[in-house]
Amino acid sequence: MTFLPKPKLHHPELAENALGYTRRDYEGAISTLCAGCGHDSISAAIVRACFELDLPPHRIAKLSGIGCSSKTPTYFLGNSHGFNSVHGRMPSVLTGANLANRDLVYLGVSGDGDSASIGLGQFAHAMRRGVNMTYIVMNNGVYGLTKGQFSATSDKGAKSKSGAINRDEAIDLVGLALQLGASFVGRSFSGDKAQLVPLIKAALSHKGPAFIDCISPCVTFNNHQGSTKSFDYVRAHNEAVNFLDVIPAREEITVAFEPGSVEIVRQHDGSLLKLRKLDDTDYNPRDRLAAMSFLAKHREAGEIVTGLLYINPEETELHDQLGTTETPLNSLTEAELCPGSAVLAKLNATLR
Amino acid sequence: MLQIVKTETAALQAVNDFVVKFANVNGSGSASANQLFAKSILRMGVPVAPRNIFPSNIQGLPTWYEIRVSEAGHLAAREGTDLMVAMNPQTWDQDLASIRPGGYLFYDSTRAIPASRFRDDIIIIGMPLTELCNAAYKDARQRQLFKNIIYVGALAALLDIEIDVIEALLKEQFRAKEKLIAPNIQALHMGRDYAREHLNCPLGLTVRRSGALGEHISIDGNSAAALGAVYGGAMVAAWYPITPSTSLVEAFSKYCAKLRIAPETGKNNFAIVQAEDELASIGMVIGAAWNGARAFTATSGPGISLMQEFLGLAYFAEIPAVLFNVQRAGPSTGMPTRTQQCDLLICAYASHGDTKHVLLFPEDPHECFTFGAQAFDLADRLQTPVFVMLDLEIGMNERLCRPLTWDDSKRMDRGKVMTEADLEAGKLFGRYLDVDHDGIPYRTYPGTHPSKGSFFTRGTSKDEFARYTEAGTAYVANMERLIRKFRTAEDLVPAPQIRSADNATTLGAIYFGSSSAAMREAQELLAGQGVDLDLLRIRAFPFNDDVRHFIDHHDTLFVVEQNRDGQLRTMLINELEPTPAKLKRCVHYDGTPITARHIIDLIEAHLPHRSAP
Ligand SMILES: Cc1ncc(C[n+]2csc(CCOP(=O)(O)OP(=O)(O)O)c2C)c(N)n1
Ligand code: SF4
Ligand SMILES: [Mg+2]
Repeated sequence: MTFLPKPKLHHPELAENALGYTRRDYEGAISTLCAGCGHDSISAAIVRACFELDLPPHRIAKLSGIGCSSKTPTYFLGNSHGFNSVHGRMPSVLTGANLANRDLVYLGVSGDGDSASIGLGQFAHAMRRGVNMTYIVMNNGVYGLTKGQFSATSDKGAKSKSGAINRDEAIDLVGLALQLGASFVGRSFSGDKAQLVPLIKAALSHKGPAFIDCISPCVTFNNHQGSTKSFDYVRAHNEAVNFLDVIPAREEITVAFEPGSVEIVRQHDGSLLKLRKLDDTDYNPRDRLAAMSFLAKHREAGEIVTGLLYINPEETELHDQLGTTETPLNSLTEAELCPGSAVLAKLNATLR
Repeated sequence: MLQIVKTETAALQAVNDFVVKFANVNGSGSASANQLFAKSILRMGVPVAPRNIFPSNIQGLPTWYEIRVSEAGHLAAREGTDLMVAMNPQTWDQDLASIRPGGYLFYDSTRAIPASRFRDDIIIIGMPLTELCNAAYKDARQRQLFKNIIYVGALAALLDIEIDVIEALLKEQFRAKEKLIAPNIQALHMGRDYAREHLNCPLGLTVRRSGALGEHISIDGNSAAALGAVYGGAMVAAWYPITPSTSLVEAFSKYCAKLRIAPETGKNNFAIVQAEDELASIGMVIGAAWNGARAFTATSGPGISLMQEFLGLAYFAEIPAVLFNVQRAGPSTGMPTRTQQCDLLICAYASHGDTKHVLLFPEDPHECFTFGAQAFDLADRLQTPVFVMLDLEIGMNERLCRPLTWDDSKRMDRGKVMTEADLEAGKLFGRYLDVDHDGIPYRTYPGTHPSKGSFFTRGTSKDEFARYTEAGTAYVANMERLIRKFRTAEDLVPAPQIRSADNATTLGAIYFGSSSAAMREAQELLAGQGVDLDLLRIRAFPFNDDVRHFIDHHDTLFVVEQNRDGQLRTMLINELEPTPAKLKRCVHYDGTPITARHIIDLIEAHLPHRSAP
């Protein structure tokens, strides 16, 4: 694989990353979402995370379903191939893409309707299959693109803009991801860049299925009094359990950590996750069962727990389970693929 | 216990030309004995066409295995049974009724059956199979399994099949479990010896060594298609189990385990994923193909139904996906384990919006292999889904066919793909730009170049450079290009094959896929009756000009197919706009494979009544 150096035509004031790219190289087209939409903040966080991780933009593949959230891949990573697939089915398309070329970084973007309503099955199976990907749900509790109907993550008792009360139980994607075997699970808030950017960076450098549920208020249809996904509500109920810092593999570790309050997790690619505990409870993101019960308890109490909620850096991914060759399958040649006429002649002989 | 009853009706007499049918209970272990029987006739050089007729269950229900022995090489099903091996009391009456007058009934006479349940126009051969087994074996499972081998031994004596041939086959079969060879041969001899001693051997029906088989091989269409996928360079397979397509992916997995392991590392040069449903399996195929892999799925009608939305996306986004659709009667279970050709329309025009898809129609395993491999070239070249349309009849039955061949000088056609070097050299890249005026644009694989050639894939709302637009003019221009591309496909897909009658005629028949053997036999039989019929076998959609000319040059065309509505006829009328009344709907769709008799009856119904002599 060759990575051509980026021609240096940049604005002199724009900072460059280790590959010589500026933030601009990670941006996309101008967003057409509503002004103030939470999704745009997540796009910006993705741009920053990829820039800071020094990922070659063209080595990222971005895939989405359908919805306002799924439109965002147009608005970030303009030098990456993107695929706006069908409603609720991004996980299968991404799985296939990943099978074809295990060398790219896969970023799946979806909405709460896309992943928890129509696409719940594909979400679940991508998690349990262990697809190596970062899966971000921009969760606003409504269908933005079809104008504000409740989605499956809308909390029971939440009020719609027109005054209707949601009578159905909410699906908690974080709880499901934990149960189904995601090896990285986080939750964040589009309004909290300081938390979100490192979380995305950690997810992108994680091997295996990394899931981020990002609460992302819909300013047009779900930001009113009575909504549990509004900016005000989320700010008032946000319970962050830790603060994350990502130290890329190539950076030498010079900082000294105060023992006890900080946990270091080494990821498969060599990067280090520095996790500072924020609440007084002894939250352990390595303990899946404890995380599940902690989250369930706080959910009952109406709190939105955020942070890096679970990580297992040793877990395998789909290709390990399938025993796929290291060479990306899409670059195999005739010699490796086609057994040729001599083999066929032998086969014919066994069929008489 | 000898029960040969002499009847008034003359016993059938034939050499290498008869139908044997086995009536068994599903799960009784009869399948491998029946296959052994069929294979022994093949090994004597005589063409044989075996067929499974099985229920949608694993144990307990009736199954039939039918073997047509035909020196002339007629491999289609044929009505009537010449020798019935009736091993299932449940289906006794029905089985007896299917025997042709003068035909033979072979049954287990251990328990007496009242005379009223027999027929007096057939030859009845009773053999106390259970009694023999009970005397020879203690274990219940052994009694069951060896009973099957014993009747094969008896049939060998009755039909004059060379016993050495069967012994050799048993030795091959149990090469890995040598212990089993001797007891099997012993059971075989037990059957043969009993028959020689107690029954009139041979019957009027006999097998005689022949050279009619030539180089032909015997393989089921699903296995051949799977091999085609291996040779065609398939890298990713995603699927969801459904009869009758399951064995295709199982065969692919088996062949890959042998032929696709990287020698240095022992790792897999392929990936197979069993998806959670058909939506996911086609989604994975589309994702993999978008990312530059050759990918396929195998399914049947219900799966195709679920894939509709994705198939539209693949058409509009121009993704090269390969689908093997092994057709069956639908929906639900039961009838679906019977054959039909009933998914033409749903595949040809799959999905919402204006779509047209490429379909290939193999007639036998040989073409399942060739088309199976070619489908990947076509999909890459045309950047669109390609359907290989099998059916249960060719997919799941072992069928004699020409040996599989491969040209080692042939290279995979990956179609129009711009490389890093192309982009670096400054070649203009527009994902939907028709540079060559054949409707086929260039694509790039994700990850090719740091600053050139990336694009955003979406269904519609795009211009030639894949930029977002909702302009109607851009939409129309793109749709017209897709039609141009479909026209380009006409000359790339397998051309139809014509079999002209010996004499000039205004009558033609159009058919495809598994109807082929019956159609050819019908052509011969009709010629014998003075009805000359030219044949055109459709091998692909879109139809090319040969089809148009064939229709133009005949006054009456019988469109023979295995579905209710005449789906091929509908497509011919829709695409080529001939006078509809010229095309006669000739359909057979009760789940049984079509026969020459069916076809002749269907055609004769449309012929003007010929006056009695
Ligand atoms: C099969 C199908 N059904 C319905 C739709 C219509 N539709 C488009 S977006 C959407 C909901 C999107 O909601 P969500 O995923 O939460 O995204 P948001 O717009 O809220 O970001 C629906 C129902 C569709 N595109 N496809
Ligand atoms: S409708 Fe809601 S989700 Fe959609 S763009 Fe507007 S604010 Fe965002
Ligand atoms: Mg939403």
